Amino acid sequence: MLLLAFDTATPAVTAAIGESGGDGAFTLRASASSVDARRHGELLSPTIRRLTAEAGVALADLDAVAVGIGPGPYTGLRVGLATAHALADALGVPCHGVATLDALAFATGRTGPFTAMTDARRKEVFWARYDDRLTRVGEIAVARPAELDTGGLPLVGDGARMYADVFGEAAGAPGPLHPDAAALAELALYRLHRGEPLPSPEPLYLRRPDAVVPGAPKKVRQWVK
Amino acid sequence: MSDHDLPLVLGIETSCDETGVGIVRGCELLGESVASSVDQHVRFGGVVPEVASRAHLEAMTPTVRRALDSAGVGLADIDAVAVTAGPGLAGALLVGVSAAKAYAMALDKPLYGVNHLVGHVAVDQLEHGPLPKPAIALLVSGGHTSLLLVNDLATDVVSLGDTVDDAAGEAYDKVARLLELPYPGGPPIDRAAQQGDPKTIRFPRGKWGDGTYDFSFSGLKTAVARHVEDADRRGEPLVVADIAAAFQEAVVDVLTRKAVDACVEYGVSTLVISGGVAANSALRTLAGQRCREAGITLRVPRPRLCTDNGAMIAALGAEVVAAGLPPSSLDLATDTSLPVESPLAR
Repeated sequence: MLLLAFDTATPAVTAAIGESGGDGAFTLRASASSVDARRHGELLSPTIRRLTAEAGVALADLDAVAVGIGPGPYTGLRVGLATAHALADALGVPCHGVATLDALAFATGRTGPFTAMTDARRKEVFWARYDDRLTRVGEIAVARPAELDTGGLPLVGDGARMYADVFGEAAGAPGPLHPDAAALAELALYRLHRGEPLPSPEPLYLRRPDAVVPGAPKKVRQWVK
Repeated sequence: MSDHDLPLVLGIETSCDETGVGIVRGCELLGESVASSVDQHVRFGGVVPEVASRAHLEAMTPTVRRALDSAGVGLADIDAVAVTAGPGLAGALLVGVSAAKAYAMALDKPLYGVNHLVGHVAVDQLEHGPLPKPAIALLVSGGHTSLLLVNDLATDVVSLGDTVDDAAGEAYDKVARLLELPYPGGPPIDRAAQQGDPKTIRFPRGKWGDGTYDFSFSGLKTAVARHVEDADRRGEPLVVADIAAAFQEAVVDVLTRKAVDACVEYGVSTLVISGGVAANSALRTLAGQRCREAGITLRVPRPRLCTDNGAMIAALGAEVVAAGLPPSSLDLATDTSLPVESPLAR
């Protein structure tokens, strides 16, 4: 199965083409990442086109698309999702979601418990706890670093690095800062091969839009209608 | 070349709160679909960008499918993809542009990032046929109030004037709120005004007779607010219909006067009025009357094509393809303030 995977839910724009054989063995055909928090919309499609050329495949050869569903800053996150929805629609292939933190966690290769976190802006982090690289414990959440009980576990991801002053030594655990689509592709193909469910490709926002409903007029007036 | 040989263009529009997709061949509209998030914005009294962006993402591919179905064509029939590159809300534009790039890439067809404002003019060709060159266009909506000299839709559009503060539609929304009428303010004010006498109150005409083609509506909005406060203080009845009629007359008077003046000064015999406010009955009536008196042909697309939609983007895309302009590259950026002089984004 030939899969195109990408993620735009963090400052990184990352994309990869991967393949799984009948035995489930994973082969990475091509991958690329760049970190530029303000240019997701400009970078993603040219990166995908470059990867197909590099891997010597056509988009029409793809069997599926997998996309990071966040959580992450919304504008960038939607670039990946809108691209994935349209690609899958045009190619007539399934579109799968992968939580961005799950892809980050998978890339750590860790066999013991840890916490992964990414920057949620507004002095908060998106975070989740894992028993190992494949096993998340509970839901992904958003929290202020100082209010987060990390249970002394190693912390990975740029969210931990950003708030190293709050988390102390645990934030120095080795591991990737940003998700990598090569890991996302491998994780998606691993789950698909085993018949395990993947999330639908819908964004994990975890916050409501900021908007204030205006109050009623201060003064009651006698209108002639 | 017969019409059937012209390229089939898919147009995608997501600059504000409507997810629009249209399918156009030349000047022929084959099908279109619009998903609006306006109902989600009503309680906020205006468009909330994040709410609009979320709705665009949900609606994007289903709207493409509905538009294709209504046109009776498949994605494989599409020859080019056009998309609004700007102006508009950043996050909203990005959803449409990302999807358009993916469709263009997957179909291996050229991508054209086009100008939303020029699209509002181009859409008239779907209803009234090719636009005479040159034409004057008045664009009036919740986000824009512009007077344009259109020498060529694809290559030569000149801005004659713009609002210096609020857009006309924005003034309607703000005055509607003042009069405790619902959002969006255009339709309820138009309805109320039909029962009112516009001569009972004289509201100011912003930038009237100042020798420019610019507009200003924020002073008018303040004048309405002051009128309401003063009358209320004096214990006079606040007749909504009269206030609405007088406000509306002040808006359409200055809009139509400047549009007709521009036609006369530039020796242009066709005026196009488009954008959401072009659905306004008072604007249509007064513009029709003044154009007749001045010997100008007035073209106003039907209301469904005046508001934001994908057909307008496909219509402009078709013009750009016909003009032989080079496609946009896949690293096309959105431009929230894309100038109207750029029908095609870089």
